[in-house]
Amino acid sequence: MPREEIKPWLRTRFFPHIWCPGCGHGIILHAILRSLVDLGKTREETVIASGIGCSSRMPGYINANTVHTTHGRSLGFATGIKLANPALTVIDVMGDGDCTAIGGNHFIHACRRNIDITAIVMNNNIYGMTGGQASPTTPVGARATTAPYGAIDTPFDICRLAEGAGASYVARASIAQPVLCEQYIKKGIQKKGFSVVEIMTHCHTQFGRRNKRPNPVDNLNFFKENSIPKAKAKEMTEEEKKGKIIIGEFVDREAQEYTEAYLKLIERVRG
Amino acid sequence: MPKKLAFWQGNMAIAQGGIAAGCRFFGGYPITPSSEIAEVMAEELPKLNGRFIQMEDEIAGIAATIGASIAGYKAMTATSGPGFSLKQENLGLAYMAEIPIVAIDVMRGGPSTGLPTRVSQQDVMQARWGTHGDHGTIAYAPSSVQECYELTIEAFNMAERFRQPVLVMSDEVIGHMREKVVIPEPGSFPIIDRKKPKVSPEEFIPYLADPEDDVPPMASFGDGYRWHVTGLTHNDWGFPTNEPAEIGKKHLRLVRKIDRFRDDIVKYDLEQAEDAEILVVSYGCVARSAVRAVREARAKGIKVGHFRPITLWPFPDKELIRVAGMAKKVIVPELNCGQMVSEVRIALGAKAEIIPSNLVNGEILRPHEILATIEEVA
Repeated sequence: MPREEIKPWLRTRFFPHIWCPGCGHGIILHAILRSLVDLGKTREETVIASGIGCSSRMPGYINANTVHTTHGRSLGFATGIKLANPALTVIDVMGDGDCTAIGGNHFIHACRRNIDITAIVMNNNIYGMTGGQASPTTPVGARATTAPYGAIDTPFDICRLAEGAGASYVARASIAQPVLCEQYIKKGIQKKGFSVVEIMTHCHTQFGRRNKRPNPVDNLNFFKENSIPKAKAKEMTEEEKKGKIIIGEFVDREAQEYTEAYLKLIERVRG
Repeated sequence: MPKKLAFWQGNMAIAQGGIAAGCRFFGGYPITPSSEIAEVMAEELPKLNGRFIQMEDEIAGIAATIGASIAGYKAMTATSGPGFSLKQENLGLAYMAEIPIVAIDVMRGGPSTGLPTRVSQQDVMQARWGTHGDHGTIAYAPSSVQECYELTIEAFNMAERFRQPVLVMSDEVIGHMREKVVIPEPGSFPIIDRKKPKVSPEEFIPYLADPEDDVPPMASFGDGYRWHVTGLTHNDWGFPTNEPAEIGKKHLRLVRKIDRFRDDIVKYDLEQAEDAEILVVSYGCVARSAVRAVREARAKGIKVGHFRPITLWPFPDKELIRVAGMAKKVIVPELNCGQMVSEVRIALGAKAEIIPSNLVNGEILRPHEILATIEEVA
């Protein structure tokens, strides 16, 4: 059950939600709301943007300023909102397909621009809503409806992608570590600049059924058994790291934030 | 007080018209032949505490524009041919979510990369039907640099009044030619701002339209109202629905809010059309040549007139039917293979012989060419 102070943040009249029973997205929704409440954010100053997919239905359930946009494009909308009103706290919730396939270009440019938006990427390695098609994070060998003989292409490492593209804060956890999820989301929101928090979650319905993890509990156990802290991963060989989920903070740096730079430009131009 | 004059390109006039209308946000991406609009905005908006952002592509350019409008700004994007194709997806979102923006298309030759530096009028049907799904459309076709300025102001007014995207379908000739512009005094022309909610945030139903105009008042993110924006078909609360009654209500209103006020929106212009036995119907840069040709033909004693749709959409069909009362022959010159001529056919049916006159070689139709067609059919 959610804490009392979280309840006003939920549009409960639209429950039951569309997610399958046992879906990991609820754990992430809860972590986001706990983070916002603990940071003292108001619903009026908070914007939650999303694209298309299961994860992108999340804003509908959050009682704030919410915008459910087109597939992969949410960061473009969020950028317009943030630049128009930098006082708003803007969070962009995305799935792995939304973020790294159709929205890949928007994602790397949001990282590069370093605009003060927190992207929360719910990575379940599959297109769930459309029926279990392979995504850019489907592991090699994993089965999907469009990879019936197993995926053959190399998946993206979303955190390395964000780091390379210039994000100010990059971290990864899985839903088996909800406290860590909350801690990273809070740091992402507080960081002045573009933050990426990748949260490994599961789609037992579409991914699990085809890959020997058909129940939610199978998946939680998988995350518990295969999550490796960053420090420990440093001592492991590439072979040992195969199939493991490296969790931790990968980037935490100070850099010029875009809206601040633009406001400075206005000051300079106007004298 | 002396009149304020400028000597501008059409593209500059569009940017300045947007600013005069209150536009303070521009999101875009470089593309020929519309880039000057972005360049003027990049220079002018910071001076006015506005915001300009060059995005990573055309799709993000319109996405940022829509986002800024949701946050309360009058916002604009501009593009051409291939960029207009890329913007169709998010134009659809703005129609569905009822977000006012102005989108400019400076038409060049297509399909595909086509003729980046040469003129066409090949996007006029895309303006109407480019994004998937039904919706009302408002699209203007300026024929002079003065009109680039005035119609961009009008486009913002209509976008704000009806809460939807409004298009200005300029073309490469109008966009790049320079002409004198008489700049009206601020306050001498109407400026329309979107309706804001009159109820408290607790009572606010985001998509509950006022019965008198079918348009719901719009709150901005950050002004205390919390609401949900979605491209999914939604109910009055703004939430996705699969209820046939709610779906039909929303969808029909999107079309009706324009249809009802069609007479307020439609604009057209006439040249010696009263007793015309031959009528020329043209728009944009072609209308400049056509009007000249009509005057020369009149001097030769041919009873010819000109009808210029200024709004391509809604198409001024009722007005055309009235004006074409005496015309037996109607010539429709266009820089495409025959697009708006379909609307002329629908309007006039068998009442007149419809004669398309098309050019798609990247050049403009010249007055003597249109005159030759008039003399041929006279």
